[in-house]
Amino acid sequence: MGPYFNFFLFALILLVLGVALIGINLILGLRRYHSEKLIPYECGLDPSGDARIPFRVRFYLIAVIFLVFDVEIIFLYPWAVIFEELGWFGFVEISVFVVMLLIAYIYAWSEGALKWE
Amino acid sequence: MDKLIFTVIAAVILLVIALLHVAYLTYAERKIIARMQQRLGPNRVGPRGLLQPIADMLKLLTKEDIVPYGVDKPIFYIAPLISLVCAGTGVALIPLWEKFVLSNINVGLLFILALSSLSAYGVILSGWASNSRYAFLGGLRASAQVISYEIAMSLALLSVVLMAGSLNLIDIVKAQISSPYKIYLIPQIIAFFVFIISAIAECNRVPFDLPEAETELVAGYFVEYSAMRFSIFYLAEYFGMVVMSALAVTCFLGGWVGPFEVPYIPFFWFLIKLYFILFVYIWVRATLPRYRYDQLMGLGWKVLIPIGIVNLFLTAFLKLIV
Repeated sequence: MGPYFNFFLFALILLVLGVALIGINLILGLRRYHSEKLIPYECGLDPSGDARIPFRVRFYLIAVIFLVFDVEIIFLYPWAVIFEELGWFGFVEISVFVVMLLIAYIYAWSEGALKWE
Repeated sequence: MDKLIFTVIAAVILLVIALLHVAYLTYAERKIIARMQQRLGPNRVGPRGLLQPIADMLKLLTKEDIVPYGVDKPIFYIAPLISLVCAGTGVALIPLWEKFVLSNINVGLLFILALSSLSAYGVILSGWASNSRYAFLGGLRASAQVISYEIAMSLALLSVVLMAGSLNLIDIVKAQISSPYKIYLIPQIIAFFVFIISAIAECNRVPFDLPEAETELVAGYFVEYSAMRFSIFYLAEYFGMVVMSALAVTCFLGGWVGPFEVPYIPFFWFLIKLYFILFVYIWVRATLPRYRYDQLMGLGWKVLIPIGIVNLFLTAFLKLIV
């Protein structure tokens, strides 16, 4: 019965709550289907074409930059916890690490990866 | 066996407390916004409309559940549940009081960050699964927004971890009490603002509610959902607000500790601070207009992240000198 068990127990109870609410709704709710009602919503007109339209490649670019930064920050968390023991040594080492990432960040900015027009 | 039953009871009590807060947050939001706009707000069901959330819940339970054709059924069904579980489980990690925390994990802060990242899945999957252009565009926008502000939020919390030297939320509160200013709000005021702005964006709230912008995307990623599945998305959104505010209280405002002891009500100070932060959420919603999408991404990437990094190094530097 460690803390991790309690954590997943709480998640399980939430899941049960969600399923139970949907279940009650399916029992109590009305059911009057006809084919027109089941058409996906698009301003009252019949939907034209596929809903999964092509989208901008910029979204992928943001995701890739996010990946780099997120890994960096997860790497910084253990450093922050033991910062006091490391002292100046840790400070300088992590500065080198972050400055290298900052160069990449400035490069991405100057290439227009963060511009969204 | 006894211990298991005790844990289950504690978990259910915590969930009921959280659900009451979520339900009455919707009421408080409607009432406060109404007052700010010179309206009355809900005032028919019960005294001063206090039974309104219960009436809403009962009404939503009897609504018709429509699954449009062309949806990706398994994903369509599980997306709301993913949202709810990821948004709500954070409650288990927040220490309401020194002796009342359901799961006192050593890396509690990391778990909350992980959960808030995972809740993006509910949004993306529902946008993809419901066969609708509005939902698809809303899901795309939401995913880009959530991952962008995730970084700024982690950076803001990183300075707090640096000052406290621990990822355990109880240890963070204790470190705050023994620090010279008692709370981290004063030395970490920049991180606090970065955190609040990114938390509002993470929860897709006004002024960053681009994913569900009513005027252009009608409701964004959950436009095709109806009845209880729809309300589970709303439940998840408000759960997210409560968890984020509770995290802000724990990391910046000193958790359960107040200027003086209040007898018999151990959660008193925690709840007062929580309500204050939630009020700020609603206040911001009533005050500010919606951002444009390029402004939103610009604010996240070009303003908040550099500020977060500078603040982190300033904190580290000052900690070494002092």
